[in-house]
Amino acid sequence: MAEIIQEEKAGGKKKAKKLAPHIDMTPMVDLMCLLITFFMLTTVFSKPKIMEIILPDKPTGDAPKISASRTLNIVLGPNNKIYTYPGTVNAEDYNNLPPLTETDFSATGIRQKLLERNRTLAKKIADFKDLVLTGKLPLSQDSVLGSISKLKKDDDTGPIVLIKAYKGANYGNVVDILDEMNICGIALYMLVDITWYEEKMVETAAGITPSAAIAQK
Amino acid sequence: MPKIKLPTKSPHIDMTPMVDTFCVVLTFLMLTATMRPTDPALIDTPNSISEKPTPDNNIMTLLLSNDDRVFINFDNGPDTLLKYRPKILALMGGRYSIEFTKAELREFEKYPSSMGVPILKMKEFLAAKGNKAKNVFQTGIPIDSTDNQLADWIYCTRTINPNVQTCIKGDSKTGYPTVKKVLDILKEKNVRQFNLITSLEAAKINIAEIQQ
Repeated sequence: MAEIIQEEKAGGKKKAKKLAPHIDMTPMVDLMCLLITFFMLTTVFSKPKIMEIILPDKPTGDAPKISASRTLNIVLGPNNKIYTYPGTVNAEDYNNLPPLTETDFSATGIRQKLLERNRTLAKKIADFKDLVLTGKLPLSQDSVLGSISKLKKDDDTGPIVLIKAYKGANYGNVVDILDEMNICGIALYMLVDITWYEEKMVETAAGITPSAAIAQK
Repeated sequence: MPKIKLPTKSPHIDMTPMVDTFCVVLTFLMLTATMRPTDPALIDTPNSISEKPTPDNNIMTLLLSNDDRVFINFDNGPDTLLKYRPKILALMGGRYSIEFTKAELREFEKYPSSMGVPILKMKEFLAAKGNKAKNVFQTGIPIDSTDNQLADWIYCTRTINPNVQTCIKGDSKTGYPTVKKVLDILKEKNVRQFNLITSLEAAKINIAEIQQ
């Protein structure tokens, strides 16, 4: 024990007292303190999380038909901006490209827009999660995830989101938008390459001249 | 009145319980500790709501730093005796007709963090002593179509360890062109399922708004 052993006064007869041996533990405590501090500082308690991504296979045969009315195009622009437009664009009519709507990554920006389009499915998922949370529907974690993915699969009202990134966008934007898809429970979304007319549309909307765009990258 | 003299004694504190707790905490920390591997570049990962933890082994991590350098890291497999790391380096060296000595392979096996060295500089990199000297060579793995060493690394890793899972750990400020190049290389090597390493962040969703 870390005790300060007092000197016994040597008065009179010396009696050999039977004392429990005192071990000075101060150095040990010191060392342990040091080790604990070291381990506490170097330990990683929360492991980093992962987000799974599956890229589509190489297309075999005909491209699947998707209706233009369900399609929502999201183009990630420079400076953390998001541009969206619905439907498809006729590339031959390149002098008359449709305008892009500008939003951002805030909760009132793209999230609201996606939830508006995906209201039926998002409500179904939210109701289902509510049932599980309140204990009315006892299910294991796996079957919850399975049920949610089944809800997504059966849905045919939500938007089909095509995500494209302009060269000025960054990796954080890509992850954020994929995360946004998970938050809003979008059933169908894919990461696709940007087309030249979409690049042009972003440049017009963001006010980048083509020469500046070349200089940027 | 005579003053009452209190005997001045040094107080005795029994430290046994404290030492016991310390022992327990120390043992716990020592057993649970996984050393934080230091990355050669500072990576600020983006946030997401995903709650899946990173797998412990059988992973290949591609590190994308915000100055557009690409690093790769892979582990020794589920058992360190499998020695996947030196095998991958030997195979990679074979593709570029570089023969690595046993000492170099051993050095590579021990190197704990991500590696972003062009294969031609690998011998000098392994010979360098200390992290500072080593980091000089970390110029990023070439990913150009003319000199696509990243594709070779991915090929070699997947040949030696077929169960490997791909993780991408990117800085949120990494430009999209680099990300796209890396994704294209992965696609070309038939890696279609991979994991993006993110930090956890709770998302607020307005239920009332949906139910309107």
